[in-house]
Amino acid sequence: MSPREIFALRNYLGAELKGRTLSDAHHSVSLTDVLSQTVRGGRLGELSGRSVLLKLSDQLKSGLAMIELDGIARRMLLCPPDLNPAHLDALIADAEIDAVVTDEPEFWKDSAIPFVVIAQLPLTPAAPAETERATEWLMLTSGTSGVPKIAAHTLEALTGAIRAEAPARGPAPVWATFYDIRRYGGLQIFLRGVLSGGSMVLSDPHEVLADHIARLNARGVSHISGTPSHWRKLLMSGSAAQFAPRYVRLSGEIADQAVLDGLKAAFPDSSIGHAYASTEAGVGFAVNDGLEGFPADYIGVNASGVEMKIVDGSLRIRSERIAHAYIGRDVTKLADDDGFVDTGDMIELRGDRYHFVGRRGGIINIGGLKVHPEEIEAVINRHPDVRMSRAKSRKSPITGGIVVTDVILADGTDPARANEIREQILDQCRAQLASHKVPAVIRFVETLDVTPAGKLARTDA
Amino acid sequence: MSVRLKVTEAIKQIAKEQHVTLPELTDGLSLHETGFDSLAFAILVARLEDELGVDPFTISEDAAFPATVGDFVRAYENVPA
Repeated sequence: MSPREIFALRNYLGAELKGRTLSDAHHSVSLTDVLSQTVRGGRLGELSGRSVLLKLSDQLKSGLAMIELDGIARRMLLCPPDLNPAHLDALIADAEIDAVVTDEPEFWKDSAIPFVVIAQLPLTPAAPAETERATEWLMLTSGTSGVPKIAAHTLEALTGAIRAEAPARGPAPVWATFYDIRRYGGLQIFLRGVLSGGSMVLSDPHEVLADHIARLNARGVSHISGTPSHWRKLLMSGSAAQFAPRYVRLSGEIADQAVLDGLKAAFPDSSIGHAYASTEAGVGFAVNDGLEGFPADYIGVNASGVEMKIVDGSLRIRSERIAHAYIGRDVTKLADDDGFVDTGDMIELRGDRYHFVGRRGGIINIGGLKVHPEEIEAVINRHPDVRMSRAKSRKSPITGGIVVTDVILADGTDPARANEIREQILDQCRAQLASHKVPAVIRFVETLDVTPAGKLARTDA
Repeated sequence: MSVRLKVTEAIKQIAKEQHVTLPELTDGLSLHETGFDSLAFAILVARLEDELGVDPFTISEDAAFPATVGDFVRAYENVPA
C-alpha cells in the first residue's frame, strides 16, 4: 500500500474548514490550522516509526498528540488518567515502548526509555507532516484488577462505525462527552469530532457538573455522549434544564428504560440513542427507537458488516471494527477461531427484543443461584421516585448470600415517603423477579460510587 | 423497644412482605412452623443485623441455629453488646 492510501487523522483536518476547535476548561485550540502547528516543539520526526507512550496529564494535549502522531509513529499507547503507575513498567515492556510523550519530564528523567519528548501548550509553528504508515492504536481494557490488557486497533477499525453513518445534516456538530478520550468510549467521540468536520469539547475531572454544563452551552455543544451513570448524575443535578443538545448518546453500561425515559423527558427535542461498544469488540450497533435492548433481527449480519450471534447466553461480535489482537507476553486470544469476540455481556430474548441482563463476570451468588445485579437494578429503576440503584450480594449465615440494594431517590422526593416507596419497590420486584432476586434489604443513600470510566462501581462483583 | 419486640416486629414485617400467614409467635413455636423458608430467615437475620448491629449466627462459629422462636429471640438477647 502506498502512503497515499493510508488513512490518518490528518486527512480530516485541513485549513478549508474554518472555526473548528478542540477545547477543555482552560484552553481552546484551533483545529483549522492544527496541521501547521505542533504540541511537541518540532521533535515529531524523531518519533517516526517508534512505539510511543502517550502519558499526558490532560485530554487536550493527549488529543493533539494523537492527531500529530497518527500516521507517523509505529504505535501509540493511550494511558487513561486512573492508570495505576505500578503497572507502567509491564505495559512499557508489553508494548515495546521506545519513546514517551509527556508533560511531566521529571517523572521520566531516570527511565530507560531512549526518547522523552515534552508536550506543551501553546502550540508552536511546524511544517505539516506527511503520513508515513498506518499507526497501531493501543488501548487499555478497563474493569479488571491487575495489569490491564492492551488491545490493538487500527484507525480504520476505530472509525468503522463513524464512516458507516451518513454525515449529520445541518451545521457541523460540536461534540462532547463525559468520558475521557483516552478510553474507548471517549475516543469514539473524539474521532467523531475530528471526522465530522466539527469541534469537540473535553471534560475536566476537577470541574463541577453545573460548570461543565455551562461550558458545554457556551461552546454550543450539539452532540454529547456518556454512560447511563453519567446521565443519571446529570438528571439528578438539576443542571439538565439549562441544556438542549440535538443528540444524546448512551454507551458503556446497560441503558435501561428508566434512564432513556428520563432523558426523553429532560430533552424532549433531542434524539436519544444508545450504542453498544467495547474496547475489544469495537462499536457493535446503535439503537435509536427510545427502547431498552435491541431488536431481535440485529442478530445476524447487519448492513454495515457487523455480525452478531449468541453462544451460551453471551453476545459475540465479528466485524472489521474489532481490535485485531492483544499485545504483550502472556496474552490470550482476543477472538475465537472464527474471528468472533466474546463480549461477556449476557443477553436474553423477551418478545421481539434482546435485553442485556449483565456481565458474565458480574454474577452474584444468592444461595447457590446466579443473579445479575443489573436485572434487579433495572426493575428498581422503573419506580418513578428512583433515580439510580445498585444491587449486590451480602453474606448470609442462612443461605450463603442475599440481595441487598442501595437506592438513590429522585430529586425532591419527600423523605417521609421512604417506607411507602420501599414497599412499592418490593411489590414491583416481587411481581417481576424470581423470589431469590427480590432485595432482602433496601437502603436509601445519597450517592453511589462511579468509577473513573463512568460506570457504577461494583467492587464486590 | 426491647430486643424481643424488635425481633417479633421484624418477623411480622417479613411475613407480610412474603405473604406468609404466621401462627401466634410463642416461645415454644418451632421455626419450621412459622412458615418461613430459608430466604425469609436470611432476610430476617440481615435486617436484624442492620437494626441491632449484631448477627449472632455469624459471630460464633459453633452457634447452632435455633430450633424455636424462643431460642431465636434469646440468641439476640444474649449477644454481648
